[in-house]
Amino acid sequence: MKIIKSGFYSHAALKQASGLAARLAVISATVVIMTPAADAVEAPLNYFLHSYGPASRPTMYLGWVLAGLSGLVFLVITLLLLGALLRKRPAMDPRTIGREGEGLRWIYIGTGISTCILFGLVIYAMMVLNAVAKPAQTPTVTLTVTGHDWWWKIEYDHDDPSQRFITANELHVPVGQPVLIKLKSADVIHAFWIPKLAGKTQMIPGLTNQQWIQADVPGVYTGQCAQFCGAGHAHMGFEIVAESAGDFKKWQDAQRQTVSLAPAANVIPGHKLFMDRCAGCHTVRGTHASGQHAPDLTHLNSRRRLAGGLLTNTPEHVMKWVVNAQQLKPGSRMPSMVLSESEKSALALFLSKLD
Amino acid sequence: MAISDLTHSPADVSPSDPPGDDRLSRVPDFGRAPVGSAAETHLVHIWEAAPGWRGSLSTVDHKTIGLRYIVTAFIFLLIGGIEALIMRLQLAGPSLTLLTPEQYSQLFTMHGVTMIFLYALPILSGFSNYLWPLLLGSRDMAFPRLNALSYWIFLFAGIFMYASFPIGQAPNAGWFNYVPFAGPIYNTGPNIDVFALGMVLLGISTTVGSVNFVVTLFRMRAPGMTINRVPILVWGTLTASVANLLVIPAVSLAFFLLWLDRQMGTYFFDVANGGKPLLWQHLFWIFGHPWVYAIVLPAMGIVSDALPTFCRRPLVGYAAMALATMATMLIGFEVWIHHMFATGLPTVALSIFGAASMVISIPSSVAVFSWIATIWLGRPVFKTPFLFFAGFVILFVIGGLSGVMTAAVSLDWQLNDTYFIVAHLHYVLLGINVFPVIGGIYYWFPKFTGRMMDEKMGKWSFWVMFIGFNAGFFPMHISGLLGMPRRVYTYSSRMGWDTVNMITSIGSFVFAIGVLIFLVNVAISLKRGARAGANPWDAATLEWSVPSPPPAYNFAVIPVVASRHPLWEDRIGESGNRSSLEEGYLLMEGRETIGTSPIDAVPEIILKMPDDSYTPFFVGLFVSLVFVGMLLHWWNFTGLMIILTIVALIVWMWPRKTLVQRLPDAPQREAHG
Repeated sequence: MKIIKSGFYSHAALKQASGLAARLAVISATVVIMTPAADAVEAPLNYFLHSYGPASRPTMYLGWVLAGLSGLVFLVITLLLLGALLRKRPAMDPRTIGREGEGLRWIYIGTGISTCILFGLVIYAMMVLNAVAKPAQTPTVTLTVTGHDWWWKIEYDHDDPSQRFITANELHVPVGQPVLIKLKSADVIHAFWIPKLAGKTQMIPGLTNQQWIQADVPGVYTGQCAQFCGAGHAHMGFEIVAESAGDFKKWQDAQRQTVSLAPAANVIPGHKLFMDRCAGCHTVRGTHASGQHAPDLTHLNSRRRLAGGLLTNTPEHVMKWVVNAQQLKPGSRMPSMVLSESEKSALALFLSKLD
Repeated sequence: MAISDLTHSPADVSPSDPPGDDRLSRVPDFGRAPVGSAAETHLVHIWEAAPGWRGSLSTVDHKTIGLRYIVTAFIFLLIGGIEALIMRLQLAGPSLTLLTPEQYSQLFTMHGVTMIFLYALPILSGFSNYLWPLLLGSRDMAFPRLNALSYWIFLFAGIFMYASFPIGQAPNAGWFNYVPFAGPIYNTGPNIDVFALGMVLLGISTTVGSVNFVVTLFRMRAPGMTINRVPILVWGTLTASVANLLVIPAVSLAFFLLWLDRQMGTYFFDVANGGKPLLWQHLFWIFGHPWVYAIVLPAMGIVSDALPTFCRRPLVGYAAMALATMATMLIGFEVWIHHMFATGLPTVALSIFGAASMVISIPSSVAVFSWIATIWLGRPVFKTPFLFFAGFVILFVIGGLSGVMTAAVSLDWQLNDTYFIVAHLHYVLLGINVFPVIGGIYYWFPKFTGRMMDEKMGKWSFWVMFIGFNAGFFPMHISGLLGMPRRVYTYSSRMGWDTVNMITSIGSFVFAIGVLIFLVNVAISLKRGARAGANPWDAATLEWSVPSPPPAYNFAVIPVVASRHPLWEDRIGESGNRSSLEEGYLLMEGRETIGTSPIDAVPEIILKMPDDSYTPFFVGLFVSLVFVGMLLHWWNFTGLMIILTIVALIVWMWPRKTLVQRLPDAPQREAHG
């Protein structure tokens, strides 16, 4: 779990210990990982230049074709307009008026060409739609994401009910496999969007929409709510970690664990505080905390970010969030907790155990 | 002679053909009424509004109403613009805290509501109200009092929708107002009730205004102005008005159902009780998309009519342009789903609506090539209005191309709800609405006021606006492609959107400076502009045949029209009849104008027009107060206002002898022939 929390590079670094073959694999993987990781610094939602899966790649090419064509059409029209404005004309009595009925050829030719291009685009757009509407193979993993004000509840499905588990704000998927995501909403309409992997789909109360994604390159991708949903809309992000099948299985196994708090005396005050103040909304599996209004915190420390993507997940940020939620994310359902210094450290200690 | 006897071709309408109907009290005289003649003085006496506040409240003069529409809508444009500038300050850099999320939500909602509902259509209604009778050769709109009512309700609805702004409770769910966010559970304040009731109220204004335009077109044209001779602005407004009549009921219903959900405990949109949130999206966009065309087609008409004046030639492809206008609207009814591509509808349905959304660009390309051909074949005169119209063509093309991109369904799954859409819609709405509107004000200002606007300042205003606009809005395409979602009140610098947003904010302020130069120009020109004659641009259409500003009666004699370009006929090299502008129907037994047949504009009847009246003001006021009562749950007050509305309507509708158009006791004669 520590591995995942601290990200891909350290995960890859661990692997290096296991021989030459693994080392080669890691080097090649690192090169591939570098691509999304490097541009993540620039614009993690840049879908126009980056696609890492078959659910978005044809669309990206469509975007290039349309943008290129638009640029070309714009250029031609601008040149025509400039020519029309600036071309030399024979001197004439300024009171002369041109004759009506001329120039229809402009419309016939211009509209004719436009029509051909547009019909071509209609067909191309339909082909792309057909290509991205469904995955080529049956999805191997099914999960349900429910939009909440303003966070994401994530439920991994399994034939065996005991193997199902719940987490929040961070999805993990196996690389190279199609994943089916069922989309629901607990309150208002949200939209689920991982720009580099697929287009967005609304999450509408009373409906279950579907979307599939496939990440062909391991790495961390950023997702964002795209439908205005109120005060926290700007801070309703999430992340999706694409990893090898083995790592994905390890992650799942870890997520299925409940918390087993060592009977250490120093954890007890924080535990009690959590049960008094936090358990009404948050769940920590393995304790009495079973609130449903807020993210499941059982494996809080396994996640990369906090509060819908707002902060990186460090112990300092966790406590900053607990105490200042309303300043950091105005309107959030999370209140700014008023805690004494001793309560803060007790709670911090308890939370630090939620691996 | 009976109506049905007038079967000759329209081009042959002879000036001496009298309106024919046995039940008419008289046949109008044909003659002249030059300025200063006894007849002309009598007309002034008949048509002028009373001086002072009494005239202000009671006037039904379409020119006054039109200017009121333009001024009021422009004030709303400025308010919406200031809201936008505040938002651009907040978004100029990452993680700024000038605004709270709630303030930002109210600002972007009111910005959208203001621009789309209180500016974009009303300003065009203003132009059309002012210009239609002058373009068509009539003395007023078909229903002058309805016209006044339409303005008063628009004004009151605008004030109504802003009423909760000062107390920090303005509408805050976006102009699209999706439920359940706008429903009673997630939005408990008065914010959405103000919006919902205000929209139903505004719908009344738009509906009666649209009825008036449709009837005016088919009934009020000068003899000889056949349907293929009306200016393109008329086609644009007619098309928009028909569309409004078909789609306003959808949105009024949607907002009324929402109000019932919020205040009366119904569950139309409430999932927990069997309601459907998606129903809202359908009802809203069935209205919303045709509306988008309703607020651009008349503006395109402004360009199609005014551009030729500065190209010294008629528009290329008049018929194609008129047909393209109507084709746009017809297809425009089939594209609303492209606002809902991401709602999980079946892909087959999406394909069809996506295809329609692309095909709708075909009529747009007709328009573009028509304008370019008009400039190419003409001899452009680079006056300020022309700059705005030529600049508009570029913005139209950019907005159209980005529209085609969003019509590709799978690409729209990415573009939808990002700043790419914000860029697209501002190129469409500012480019296709605001630029023609400002160009149109430069063009018709001499007609409105009798004074020219300053050319030097005019050119400055154009270039600053044009550069500011593109600097402000083009980068939004980029931020959209970089994944910036709409309606976020702030963003983190790790997203990589800092630079584009800074450029956008700077551009928006440059654009605002351009608007400011325009306003200064208006203010100065009103007082000190050079005097304009009747036809300062040497334009072709009827409004330029009357003095600037036009007299209250518009036309001393109702002209007889023989071509699309009555004022260019001698120079355009066409043979055939000439329009008769100095000599025409003399109508001065009270407020009168000529009613003509719908297609061929054959004179049929002397229309008795109503006098000025306070009733439109009071009906508008009482109806608006009904909505105030509903908002505040003052049910007794609401009931009282409904009764007062009915009383005012009875006073309004009370039969008057002076308005009798046909002799009541004449025998009904069957039409024959």
